[in-house]
Amino acid sequence: MITSILVVVFLAVIIGIVLGISAIKFKVEGDPIIEKIDSILPQTQCGQCGFPGCKPYATAIANGEADINQCPPGGDEGIHKLADLLGVEYKPLNAEHGEPKPKSVAIIDEKTCIGCTLCIQACPVDAILGSAKHMHTIIEKECTGCELCLPPCPVDCIDMVAIEENAENWKWKYPVYKIDKVSERRAS
Amino acid sequence: MINLQSPFVQGSTSVSNIMFIVMLALIPGLIIYMYFFGIGILLNIILASITAIIAEYFILKIRKIPTKVFLTDNTALVTAWLLALSIPSIAPWWITVIGTLFAIIIAKHFYGGIGSNIFNPAMIGYAILLISFPAIMTKWQNPSYLYDANIAFSVFMHGIDNYDGIASATPLDYVKTELLQNKNILPILNEPLARLTQMQWVGFGFLLGGIFLLFTKIITWHLPVIYLLTLFTISSLFHLIDPSQFAPFQFHLLNGGTMLAAFFIITDPVSGPTTPKGKIFFAFLIAFLVYIIRVFGGYPEGIAFAVIFANICVPLIDNLTQPKVFGHD
Amino acid sequence: MKLFDKVFKFNGGIRAETKKNISTAQPIRKIPLPKKIVLPLRQHIGKLAKLKVDIGHEVLKGQLIAEADGNVSAAIHASTSGKITAIEKRLIPHPSGLPDFCIEISPDGKDQWIEKKAIPWKKIGLDKVNELLLESGIVGLGGAAFPTHLKLNNSKKAGALNTLIVNAAECEPYITCDDMLMREKTHELIQGIKLVHEILNVKESVIGIEDNKTDAINFIQHAIKKEKNISLQIVPTIYPSGDAKRLIYLLKGIKIPKGHRSSDYGIQMFNVATILAIYRFIEFGEPSISRIVTITGNLKSPRNYELLFGTPLKEIIDDAGGQIIKNDTFIMGGPMMGFKLPSIDVPVTKSMNCIISSEPTMTEEKKPVLPCIRCARCAEACPVELQPQELFWFSKSKQLEKAEEYNLFDCIECGCCSYVCPSNIPLVQYYRFAKSEIIEERHEYEQANIARERNEFRLQRLEREKLERAERNALRRAQSSSEEKTKLIDEKRKAIADALQRIEKEDNKND
Repeated sequence: MITSILVVVFLAVIIGIVLGISAIKFKVEGDPIIEKIDSILPQTQCGQCGFPGCKPYATAIANGEADINQCPPGGDEGIHKLADLLGVEYKPLNAEHGEPKPKSVAIIDEKTCIGCTLCIQACPVDAILGSAKHMHTIIEKECTGCELCLPPCPVDCIDMVAIEENAENWKWKYPVYKIDKVSERRAS
Repeated sequence: MINLQSPFVQGSTSVSNIMFIVMLALIPGLIIYMYFFGIGILLNIILASITAIIAEYFILKIRKIPTKVFLTDNTALVTAWLLALSIPSIAPWWITVIGTLFAIIIAKHFYGGIGSNIFNPAMIGYAILLISFPAIMTKWQNPSYLYDANIAFSVFMHGIDNYDGIASATPLDYVKTELLQNKNILPILNEPLARLTQMQWVGFGFLLGGIFLLFTKIITWHLPVIYLLTLFTISSLFHLIDPSQFAPFQFHLLNGGTMLAAFFIITDPVSGPTTPKGKIFFAFLIAFLVYIIRVFGGYPEGIAFAVIFANICVPLIDNLTQPKVFGHD
Repeated sequence: MKLFDKVFKFNGGIRAETKKNISTAQPIRKIPLPKKIVLPLRQHIGKLAKLKVDIGHEVLKGQLIAEADGNVSAAIHASTSGKITAIEKRLIPHPSGLPDFCIEISPDGKDQWIEKKAIPWKKIGLDKVNELLLESGIVGLGGAAFPTHLKLNNSKKAGALNTLIVNAAECEPYITCDDMLMREKTHELIQGIKLVHEILNVKESVIGIEDNKTDAINFIQHAIKKEKNISLQIVPTIYPSGDAKRLIYLLKGIKIPKGHRSSDYGIQMFNVATILAIYRFIEFGEPSISRIVTITGNLKSPRNYELLFGTPLKEIIDDAGGQIIKNDTFIMGGPMMGFKLPSIDVPVTKSMNCIISSEPTMTEEKKPVLPCIRCARCAEACPVELQPQELFWFSKSKQLEKAEEYNLFDCIECGCCSYVCPSNIPLVQYYRFAKSEIIEERHEYEQANIARERNEFRLQRLEREKLERAERNALRRAQSSSEEKTKLIDEKRKAIADALQRIEKEDNKND
């Protein structure tokens, strides 16, 4: 009886030491979960989720202060990826935070622009070029379509234009084939 | 709608074509079977085919899937034929019907239909019958009876209870029970109740069909060759160790459902592995299990359980045997 | 020709009806000048060519009208002399059916060349030759349209290459443009091979050809009888033996994996038409302005044509007699890898090697698509030794990471798997879809990373500006300390006193 107790205690001590050493030796610096969540988010920096940017939203998710279904630009795919990463249930997009829209970029109507720099201060990725009393223009490649520049403009000269399909960005579609009339009816 | 995408030319095989050639290949074995054991087997095949088609039609309708396309691909017919060839020819009609219904509805469609079933439907049907009706399933017909069509129909409708001496244990079962009485094996094999000659001829018939399948490139060599080779090796090994207890390789290879299994049952594409190395391992596993079950296990014939067990292992086998891509190390 | 050369065999492949006889009955035809020339700016792999002309300019035949943009690009030249009448989006031969920028030239009928100058490549050195090739507009004319100067660029290191392989296989059914080129321009071709052989400084040149081109084989064997370094090797007619890496394996037994180029293994490969284009550019100074195109299929007189780039296709189809059985399906490329043209109002481009007017067997109601029965015939047929059924299951269920893990990007989209599938599943369409999705995902991921960096930089910039402003305020407040204050007050007093004195002086003056 005594021997069995001693054996178990001995094993517990050994395992405890091993675990303790591993906890110190293999300790992970920082909280990588925030970075992982942030790498899934689309980086539009639009604020539709209710947080001032994607990194704050990622932090809020990690702290449990926000739900995973608040990001319209990420769409359903983004919610699925977040659900997989965090091991939680998938939820459909919360309509309070907006609807998914086709990817667009902003364009300034140069005839109307008065050079007030209010939009430059609003852009979260510095995609607007210009300075006071000089023409402003949007660098199309850097624009994320967040629409934060539309409200500040006093003369309403900024428009959102959807990126249309052209020969350069065209891609093959998911193949759908019909077997016969039943599936034709179902597909339509 | 016309599918106008490359490639704009197509090879000539189709699923219904392949299944049709498989059914053609079953015919030599079927004819030899009927020569020795009468028309009972033909009645079973016809009943199984009709049941299979009707069952498939109804289950497709329930699942709201277009029926014409899937009924004409002949896969239900092949399942029915293989099941009918596996069960005793003296089985009454309701055995055939129950087995076919289980095979088509539960083993095939409950798992997703053509292309999605995990288990070989014919083997599931056979296994369920074997477990549920062991008395009927372990009785095999004595040769030279049932040439009379009237007797055949009577047995077909009511079973063999009214007839004595028409059937006895299956050859494998007979040999096993005799061995348990500590007799030497070779004399047992020569007894008429072992029906060695007749079953070996039937096995030979299926071998011919199998070679025809290999020739028309319907199946690849991996599965049948490795299966027969493994069974040959194991049975010869054990026979060398103790010739009095273990039957020689001819018995194992040509008897029971071995040849039928080698070319027609384990080569079912849907439930089997897809990689060449995977096929080799799959065939080896089945042969090994068949021998173990036959000699040391509780049931006289082990093919159904061996196949079902190997079907469970197929996803893992596929995962571990992925071949090397062109140019990769 | 060396006899008994060992020819290796790749896995799979298919033997289909070659249908080459349809278009080899008649010689290559050159048509008179077309009524207009429409040159797309996108005829090659890489960036669009940069425009160098404007509407209204007069151009000569062979004049550079758009230059290569960077290294992975190619130039465009005017196919005939005339006036630029439009630069706008027009329908191009592309599977999407979307229009793209094109230059339209209205021919003046004179067909006047620019001043053609042969390139003395021995004197000017390889580097200068490559620069000139950048302006030659030559791209791979086997259908891939890869800028050729890049392939001749890799060989800059001396001794890096030892074999030149000439791809004369032409494995796809219906296509015969290379076959007719070899029959009619044999001498020029051999001169071209010798020239490229010298430029690349290789030890041997091997022409790989399929065994169904008996006439071409005879002509070439006759032409290379006296050449010591050029040999002809015949490979069996199995599709896709003309694929670059498959052909290298057939001839040399070397398997080149994805991500490596053949030049890493000392081999460089060119199509026969490309070699001819290089020859004409270096020997005669002619940039790439035409190619041989096979016009075949369901037509009254199918044959090969030598066409200027930009020729409207409709004119050629009419010249070939039009369709026997009318339908509106024309396939660009071969039947295995080609695509349906949006219409025949498209121009001839550098990658257009064949136009098939579809025969009834191609357009009749195809057999229905059944579920996959896991028969693995596709894996047996795949020349890249992939597992197409696994790729299909992953692409269909959109598990794109798994598809990539199972080597989706090794797929050459040859179509062998779809050809043999008993369930008629359009397998290649799934792979094309999955590849497009993965590439777009990667692109979006990179864009998101850039946006994240810019956002972080902006936040840092705002922080920095805030800090600087706070420092300046602190400095200003610190400046108004007691000594500084008294100093300032003294200075102010002095200034007031001086001002009062000045006012007194003025007052005294006025009195």
